[in-house]
Amino acid sequence: MIGRTLADRPLAALAVLLTVFGIIVVYSAGQTDVIVPVVARAWQRQLGWFLIATLSALLASRASVRVLEWSAWPVYLGGLLLLSVTLVFGSGAGTAASQKGWLTIAGVRLGQPSELAKIFVVLMLARVLAARREAPTSLIDLWQPALVAFAPWALIMLQPDLGTGIVFIGIFFCMLFWSGVKWPLLVLAGSPGISLILAFSTGVWGVWFVALVALVIWYRPYLWEGVAVVVANVVAGVIAPILWDRLHPYQQRRLLVFLDPQSDPRASGYHVIQSQVAIGSGGWLGKGYLDGSQKRLAFLPAQHTDFIFSVVGEELGFMGVSIALGLFLWLFLRTVRVAQRANDQFSSLVAFGLGAGWFVHVIVNVGMTLNLMPITGIPLPFFSYGGSFLLSCWLAVGILLRVSSEGRGRAGTFAM
Amino acid sequence: MSTSFHPNEVQRRGRIASGLVALTMFVLVSAFFRTQVLRNAQYTLESEQNRLREVPLPAPRGIIYDRTGQIIAENLPGYTVSLLAPGVDSLRAALRRLSGTIPLTAPQMDLAVRRFRRAPNRPAVILADASFDVVSVLEEHRIEFPGLIIQASPKRYYPDGAAVASFVGYTGEITEAELTRDAFRGYKAGQQVGKGGLEKQYEAQLRGREGTRFVEVDARGRVVREAGARADIPPERAAVLRTNIDLDLQRFIVGLFGDSLQGGVVALDPKTGAVIALHSAPAYDPNRFTGGIPADYWKALNTDPRRPLYNKVLQGRYEPGSTFKLATASIALERKVATLDDRMPTPCSGGYQFGNRYFRCWEHKGHGSLTMREAIAVSCDVYFYQLGLKIGIERLVAGGVSLKFLDRTGIDLPEESPSQFPYAVEYYNKRYGPRGWSNAVVLNLSIGQGENSQTVLNMARFYTALATDGREAQPSIMQRPVKRDSIMSLTPDQLVALRDAMVGVTQAGGSAASAAIQGVRLAGKTGTAQNSQDPKRDHAWFVGMAPAEQPKVVVAVMLEFGGHGTRAARIASKIIEHFLKVKAAPVPVTEAGT
Repeated sequence: MIGRTLADRPLAALAVLLTVFGIIVVYSAGQTDVIVPVVARAWQRQLGWFLIATLSALLASRASVRVLEWSAWPVYLGGLLLLSVTLVFGSGAGTAASQKGWLTIAGVRLGQPSELAKIFVVLMLARVLAARREAPTSLIDLWQPALVAFAPWALIMLQPDLGTGIVFIGIFFCMLFWSGVKWPLLVLAGSPGISLILAFSTGVWGVWFVALVALVIWYRPYLWEGVAVVVANVVAGVIAPILWDRLHPYQQRRLLVFLDPQSDPRASGYHVIQSQVAIGSGGWLGKGYLDGSQKRLAFLPAQHTDFIFSVVGEELGFMGVSIALGLFLWLFLRTVRVAQRANDQFSSLVAFGLGAGWFVHVIVNVGMTLNLMPITGIPLPFFSYGGSFLLSCWLAVGILLRVSSEGRGRAGTFAM
Repeated sequence: MSTSFHPNEVQRRGRIASGLVALTMFVLVSAFFRTQVLRNAQYTLESEQNRLREVPLPAPRGIIYDRTGQIIAENLPGYTVSLLAPGVDSLRAALRRLSGTIPLTAPQMDLAVRRFRRAPNRPAVILADASFDVVSVLEEHRIEFPGLIIQASPKRYYPDGAAVASFVGYTGEITEAELTRDAFRGYKAGQQVGKGGLEKQYEAQLRGREGTRFVEVDARGRVVREAGARADIPPERAAVLRTNIDLDLQRFIVGLFGDSLQGGVVALDPKTGAVIALHSAPAYDPNRFTGGIPADYWKALNTDPRRPLYNKVLQGRYEPGSTFKLATASIALERKVATLDDRMPTPCSGGYQFGNRYFRCWEHKGHGSLTMREAIAVSCDVYFYQLGLKIGIERLVAGGVSLKFLDRTGIDLPEESPSQFPYAVEYYNKRYGPRGWSNAVVLNLSIGQGENSQTVLNMARFYTALATDGREAQPSIMQRPVKRDSIMSLTPDQLVALRDAMVGVTQAGGSAASAAIQGVRLAGKTGTAQNSQDPKRDHAWFVGMAPAEQPKVVVAVMLEFGGHGTRAARIASKIIEHFLKVKAAPVPVTEAGT
């Protein structure tokens, strides 16, 4: 049985390598001059979670894809319930103390349901998209998958957890792409969101709007669709300032600091500046394992969770960064390969969706350490300390291994 | 089977997805390459600035020796206590806690905060000169003060204290104003610099080079590693400074002045300009200036009517009185107005009628008819009034200018003031108007009164020319190349004759007969200068040299409110006697046991 599960040895090996790499770095993150006991012992707990996670992955890999497909609905609804319960009973933790991300019962923090939500959303989206005979070609066709993604997304945004919300959006569009939605439709669907972001500058938004109108004329959707898209973009541009005012002050600061970290170097900009200093001072080969001064002397914030990649950059240098990112790249390509070779649309979409989730995580998290992305506080898969997330990553690995083992030797022959 | 999942479509999308993923990762890696490799230097610097704080390791200042190798200025082990803090608030908090352990006044705390603001990356000095007791208390409580730095730092010490203050000056912490000046480029806040005298003049040689110890701090400014964070830069000791001062003579002079006398003394080697001794009484104790002047001491020095901070050799300017008669005489001889044996038309009868004014001689009984020789010995004013008139104001002023009575001597001390003398006859026109003055000024000028005020040092310099061959010697505290300029063109015979005339001053019948030294021909000239502040208390002058045949030393003594020049002459004679007999005499060699 295990032999069959491990049919895709490279995939399993990559996941193990990344997790071990991660635990080694989590250990280093705890080695500071002034010891913080919780952080110093994090690697031990992470090792424990690794054990639980791999066992869960083995269990998950024993469930056939058909079971997953069948259970998508109940799992999805159960997940939504869990997210709702978290909103009521949730509590914050660590750097996100003001968010209600943790399911807490009688003061015991059980876990972060939003991490598991990524998996059930992928399953549910895959099921909805696979049920169609043709890929959606108009915006109205997208209502089902949009609703599937929107419900948990809204619950998570209420926590509020902007970072995880971004991951959901990423997964949603990646899976639409994989289901065969043409790129102009993806752009049209995403255009109000883009308008929202670009509205900070009237000029930039104007250029975008002209380009969008051109796209609408060229793609020729239904008239009402075209009008709806244009109107939605105008509305987004208008309400952006209103939404901005409704953001929490810390969220506003993070976004402003993303544009210019030096605008608040001692407070909001501090983290990202210190992260860049840590990474930049690593050089080619780094300052040596355990010897990162930025980490050791507590200049680096959240060095075992959100900013763990800065420790890689500082202590192992460009070499360590390249190895880590190389492993991730390999993992992504391997995941795409699994999706290509999957037996059926559902399996293929599940595989691609899970990989897309990791990809968005890596880009946002690693980009954040260099200020290429705003600080959203989402963890780095396999690396960041945190039980729920490691479990979620490994459940995904288990599912991928299953999909891979059910798939054909070569892609392209679906038996429907 | 849906067409969108046709194998070809899946393959195509797979290729697009793989390509986009690879491209994105490539962009990320490029960003890391830019940050880690291309901008490595900048970030490494920032990271080092984050973690390292520079603790200055003060260099011991150069030791200053006298001509015999005795120490004038040295360094003693001392301690500075300072605090490293990430910000002003935490510094204040630490200071408050510290004041529970060691005595700290509010002004001390404010000063520490000011020092911190000036250089936040250096430890803020709290106690520049901490006692051993304070240091041991702090060492016990070290763990409570994570930013505390106790640093051994040599402190300046002058074994002879006030006795050498007049030329050695003192040191102190560099001020904010000094830090902004070009002369102090490269200095850092908290460093000790020379504030006066030799310490200031030779600051560049004496300072050495400050070293640096690197301590490692964490994000909260706590000192995590005291040493080894980076290799220390050791301080470089400065070169020693060898002076011409004779400490034994200097101490002897200080002893002569005691606590009561006030004034200035300088002893020069006439051939080289070497300053053998220089003292201004009363003096201050430069040791008390080290590590910050106590406020009460500073106040006492500034309110003392005897003005200890005012250097009476270098800064004080006094009417030269009769000591100037040698200048008048040498100008007359040089311009061939009179010879040493010439008599003036009017003999001294205790005064001289010029126009409608009567100019007195100091000797009311009168001196009768005198030669120049005799007139110098008895310091007859009437003779010099007439000599001055014969020279004429133009030539007398020009002569004084060429004898450098309106210059600085160029001694290697920063405090020296220029002496004052009319630069030309034009001076009188400017000052009084062309018709506002009469030829009477020449009478005053010829006996060293009027618009003429000289530093003690400048008079001594003038006498070095008389003591040798008409060449003055530039006074030098440091052993440096001798600089001599001819200021008068007199024949050797004339110079010998002038010195002989000055020997007469200290012989029976001379104005300072009581100053004679047994077995030594002491030449010199007394002077009594009118005191503008208090007409009843004149300043007493004596400038002399010995032995008269070939002078080895020129001594100028000026006693403020000293009365008649004879008193100054007696002091000078003791100094010269001490120098010639005790110092210059070969030390008798006695064998052990005999």
